[in-house]
Amino acid sequence: MAEKTYLQAISDGLRLEMQRDKRVFVIGEDVGVYGGAFKVTLGFQEEFGPWRVIDAPLAETAIVGACTGASIMGMRPVAEMQFADFISCAWDHLVTVAAKQRWRAGTPVPITVRLPSGGGFSGGPFHSQNPESSFAHIPGLKCVCPATPEDAKGLIAAAIEDPNPVLFFEHKHLYRRIKGEVPDERYVTPIGKARIHQEGEDVTLVTWGAMVYTAEEAAKQLGDVSVEIVDLRTVMPWDKAAVLESARKTSKVLVLHEDTRTGGFGAEIAATIAEEAFEELDGPVKRIAAPDCPVPFSPTLEKAYIPQVEDVVKGLKELAEY
Amino acid sequence: MAVREAEPVGSLSEVKEAGLDREDLLQIYRNLLITRGVEERGHILYRQGKIPGSFYTGRGNEGAAVGVATAMGPDDVGTPLHRDMGVHITRGVEPWRVFAQYMGRADGPTKGKDGNVHMADSNLGLIAMVSHLPAMLPVAVGCALAFRIREEKRVAVGWFGEGASARGDTHESMTLAGTRGLPVVFVCDNNQWAYSTPTHLEYATEHVADRAAAYGFDGVVVDGTDVLAVYREAKRAIEKARSGGGPTLLECLTLRMEGHAVHDDAFYVPKPMFEEWAKADPLERFRGWLRENANMTDEDEEEILAGVKKLMNDSLKRAEESPLPDVSTLTEGVYATPEDLDTPHHK
Repeated sequence: MAEKTYLQAISDGLRLEMQRDKRVFVIGEDVGVYGGAFKVTLGFQEEFGPWRVIDAPLAETAIVGACTGASIMGMRPVAEMQFADFISCAWDHLVTVAAKQRWRAGTPVPITVRLPSGGGFSGGPFHSQNPESSFAHIPGLKCVCPATPEDAKGLIAAAIEDPNPVLFFEHKHLYRRIKGEVPDERYVTPIGKARIHQEGEDVTLVTWGAMVYTAEEAAKQLGDVSVEIVDLRTVMPWDKAAVLESARKTSKVLVLHEDTRTGGFGAEIAATIAEEAFEELDGPVKRIAAPDCPVPFSPTLEKAYIPQVEDVVKGLKELAEY
Repeated sequence: MAVREAEPVGSLSEVKEAGLDREDLLQIYRNLLITRGVEERGHILYRQGKIPGSFYTGRGNEGAAVGVATAMGPDDVGTPLHRDMGVHITRGVEPWRVFAQYMGRADGPTKGKDGNVHMADSNLGLIAMVSHLPAMLPVAVGCALAFRIREEKRVAVGWFGEGASARGDTHESMTLAGTRGLPVVFVCDNNQWAYSTPTHLEYATEHVADRAAAYGFDGVVVDGTDVLAVYREAKRAIEKARSGGGPTLLECLTLRMEGHAVHDDAFYVPKPMFEEWAKADPLERFRGWLRENANMTDEDEEEILAGVKKLMNDSLKRAEESPLPDVSTLTEGVYATPEDLDTPHHK
């Protein structure tokens, strides 16, 4: 065990997969010589050579599409989008080809797409988004959103090992800010299993990614209300059983996410709880999410956009009063 | 590096030099007949109401498809499209499975989950197309990338139409393949009509293959109704790629002899254009060549035709016996399991 940043944990996990499996390669913009825009693959090209750490032209469709072809030919490609926002350029390929190939043609597409996502540093509308809900809606894709360094390392291994296209949303705001104990050896964190970040009795707070820390701080500030924080870890598939179990225990649920509200994944969670645990609820399932607008640039606006600790405190208090 | 316009193929000795013996030539003829036979019978099935949805053929493109597929090696892979039935046939798909696919039956390669020519047998080195064109080009480039990483002497062939040459996927694929010198051959089925849109509204150069120079590789235009010329040019391009020479853009010029799909009577195609290209029917053209150059006799022809007819009849019967898919299979296989990766190519 050693203390690692979230970023280092992803990097370590990826390096371990490349060391143990020659089929794994990395392709993306500036991933080789430069080591990636955020330096996740720093030193990889020296270690694995230019044909396993491939600097690609600025062509997201070709990058992700080539991963599909290579994976069908037996490789285990890992594409890096420089920012999660740019996955829109490869949306067509992911949704049209990669997601449907197993179902309709019997051809699995074992690829991983790494997506540095999230806001909090004035990245503006095109460098701050959390597009996981859009992809969670597409049958055939998996969406992984780790919050801790330990999960980030275990889930990158799981993503690469998985026989499906897996979108790995790594939150940029956690990269260097969040540190934690991470096992040195290789391990796999299962996709589809939530983690109880903190146990509690009065209110369940379901969230993922960077919002886990916002939730934690809000729970701390509340004091007298005991909050159970469920970190989903993976949004598709999502751990319905763990959420329902916690909902039945506390009878009050708040769903928190950094993505926009309408049609966000929180709606799916709220609807499922309403359908399957209605009798056991003591209040409405509450959502806290970004407003339905693009991510703004100016710090004042961005603070108003991304759910803040005080918003969550307020939401939890309201729920607790039921 | 201007585009090269390929010469037609002349004599038998020239063909022998290109690696085809008489039996190969007769097999090419058989494959052309099977390709057309499958699509003609598909038309009949459609009119009988046995094919749901729509129905697409590659009439006029049989020579281009069979020619390229004949030039591929056994371990090469490809992403053929809806005008390329000849590729599936040449690689060895059994026609009854194509009919089953047309009719949405359980024994079609997609088991009724997808229709018409959205199919491929991955064990034959083919990857199933999607409707979005040319979405399979980056996939073909990725196959080539895998071969290059592993230093295998294999080649990927990616098909696209001149219509889809307008889309960004084409540009991105050729840019990646060109910069990395990947072993891929881009085959443009230029049938001169993207649904109802003529070529001058699809691209502003003389040939689609003119673009190859911009991506740093060779462009070749070949008469797509001349199966042997297509074979020769595809063989050159494929072997060049195999030996590390990088991509080629091979443009096969034909005319789409029917509408975009069965509902379309192609009224927008000038009649003289159809009449002119009908004279260059790839099957008739090759038949004439075989009789003139390869001593194909009446007996040879009768035997081949009888064999194809029997194959079609047997295949139709077998396909009609195939059941409709069980509704319980609807949501099966949305996600792959680790066992699904136990294929010859995924390992």
